[in-house]
Parts: sequence; C-alpha cells; structure tokens
Amino acid sequence: METAAFCQDEAAILQRCRRGSREAFEAVVNRYMKDAYRIALGLVGNHEDAMELSQEAFYRAYLNIRLLKGDRQFFPWFYQILRNLCFTHLRRMRLRRTSALPENEGQEFIAAQGDWFDPDAVTERTELKQALWQAMGKLSDKHREVILLRHFQNLSYDQIAKVMFCNKGTVMSRLYHARKQLRELLDKEKGGSWS
Amino acid sequence: MTCKDYKDLLMGYLDGELSQEQKQDLEKHLQTCSDCRQELEGFRKLIAITDEVTLREPEDKLWDQYWGGIYNRLERSLGWMLFGIAAIALLLYGGFEAVKTLVNDPTIGFMLKIGICALIGGLAILFVSVLRERLFFWSHDRYKDVRR
Repeated sequence: METAAFCQDEAAILQRCRRGSREAFEAVVNRYMKDAYRIALGLVGNHEDAMELSQEAFYRAYLNIRLLKGDRQFFPWFYQILRNLCFTHLRRMRLRRTSALPENEGQEFIAAQGDWFDPDAVTERTELKQALWQAMGKLSDKHREVILLRHFQNLSYDQIAKVMFCNKGTVMSRLYHARKQLRELLDKEKGGSWS
Repeated sequence: MTCKDYKDLLMGYLDGELSQEQKQDLEKHLQTCSDCRQELEGFRKLIAITDEVTLREPEDKLWDQYWGGIYNRLERSLGWMLFGIAAIALLLYGGFEAVKTLVNDPTIGFMLKIGICALIGGLAILFVSVLRERLFFWSHDRYKDVRR
C-alpha cells in the first residue's frame, strides 16, 4: 500500500494539501487512486460505480483535509470516507430495488442481491471464480469488506484492524464468519463439488 | 478451550498471523479434533481459490483522466459556492429595493402595499428556514466526524 519515497514525503505533502495546494493533492490522488478504485470495486461490484465513488471520496477528502491531524496517515482516514460512501450507495441501491418490487418478492430479492456484481470485473473468468465473485456480492457489507482487505488488498491483520478501527481478535472472528458464509454460498451454488 | 474458541484461530493459522504460543496450542488441538481438521482443510481450499481471483484493471487512459474527474468536482463546487453567495446577495438587495420603492410610491394603495410586503416577507422567512435547515444538515454531515 505504501511506496517508500511517498511515505517519507507524505506528511509534507499533506501539509501542503491543508494549505490548499491542489498540486499536492493531485500527488496524493495519483498515489492512492488504484487502491481506492479496487476497494470501491470490491465493495460495490461494478466498474462505473467504483470509479464514481472513489473520485467522490477524494473530492470529499480534499474538502475535509484540515480535519486530518498532522501526525496521521492519509489512507486509513480516507478509507473511512470511501467505505461510508460505498455503504451508503449500497443501502440506497437496495432500498430503490426493494421499493420497486411487489411486497411478496422482497425475500427473493434479498437472496439475489449479489446480482449487481458485474461478472466482467474479474479477470480469467472460470466458473468457480465467477461463483466466488457473485457469492462475495451476497455477503453482508462488513463481511465483504474484511475479505476484500485481506485477499484483494493483501493487508495484514494489524493493518486491517487499523483501518477498521477494531482489534486483531475482531478481524479474525469477522474473517471466520465471512469465509464460513462464503463456503456455504459456494456449496449452495456448486453443490459442494468445488471443494 | 472448546472447539468454538479455536474457530477464529483457524483463520490466523491459515493466514500466518498467530503467535508461536497460539500456533502450538491450536496444533495440539488439531491432533485430537477431526471436526476442526476438516474445517481447516475446507478453509484452506477456499483461501486458495479466493487468492486466485484478481480484479480487472481499468485501461490506462482512465487513470490519465482520473484526476480530471476530481478537479471538475472541485471547480464546480467553487462555481456553485460563488453563484450561491451572489444570488443571495442580489436577492437581498433586490428585495430591499423593491420594498423601499413600494413603500414610497404614493400611487399604490395601502392594502396592495401590505399584500406585497407580506408576500416578500413570507418568501424571506421560507428562504431563511430552508437555509437554516441546509446549514444544520451540513454541520451534521457524517463525513465531518470521520475518525482520524
């Protein structure tokens, strides 16, 4: 997540951002845009929304950059903005879809809510990988988040605990429940043949 | 410790995140518990598959345009802010001038003056009310309270 040179200069660059320098903020964006996009993609499941939400998160971060204390790193703080935006977006989407359905179809919708995970977001589309990606879309937001940070961002438990503001034990517990649910969803989809 | 207590540790074991002591403790339990051993293997396979899934990267030209998308938002927010301030100032000035002209015009009847003044006063109250509501929501914006 960090490159050594940027990490050393980050405090100075952020200081310039606080004074309103757009050039400095552009450097921050260039450093973190791919991470931000990948996280948003993992949380909302499609390219267009991920691009839009990650850009919106940077925009809001710039407007509030003075709230980031001098000794803090940018990314854990920015991550909170991004995840809140993504979760709000998902809540709105669920609400829109649920309210558009007849009353008795609500349960079927909940079961199929991973459908908005775009199959094209995954490279090398094998049946199993595709099933796993769709199963990720059916996880709860918090479970999807922990899987994303561990597998797609390759963060250690300590790093995950830092960005999720919890302790290492909670990370382990959440990962257990998330992976258990993933296995159950895959079993349901593939009839247990995948393992 | 029961099997339930060891479940979470299975994750740390597979991800190489346990302390030496926790690792030895879990390995000792695994030697005697076939359920946990079976679960461990199931999770091992899941992790192997999940690690193989990679997300598609957007084309390079989209990264070149990325900052532009943010810059446009910043520029537009400044534009809207200036537009809003100017519109409020002009509305206040126009309203004041209109009331002043109306009150000093001897050709307009008293009742009409009262009616027009009440209309302008009502609009002003509605405007202030909406503005106050917006300011309240802005000050309670969740992103202002983001932990840092």
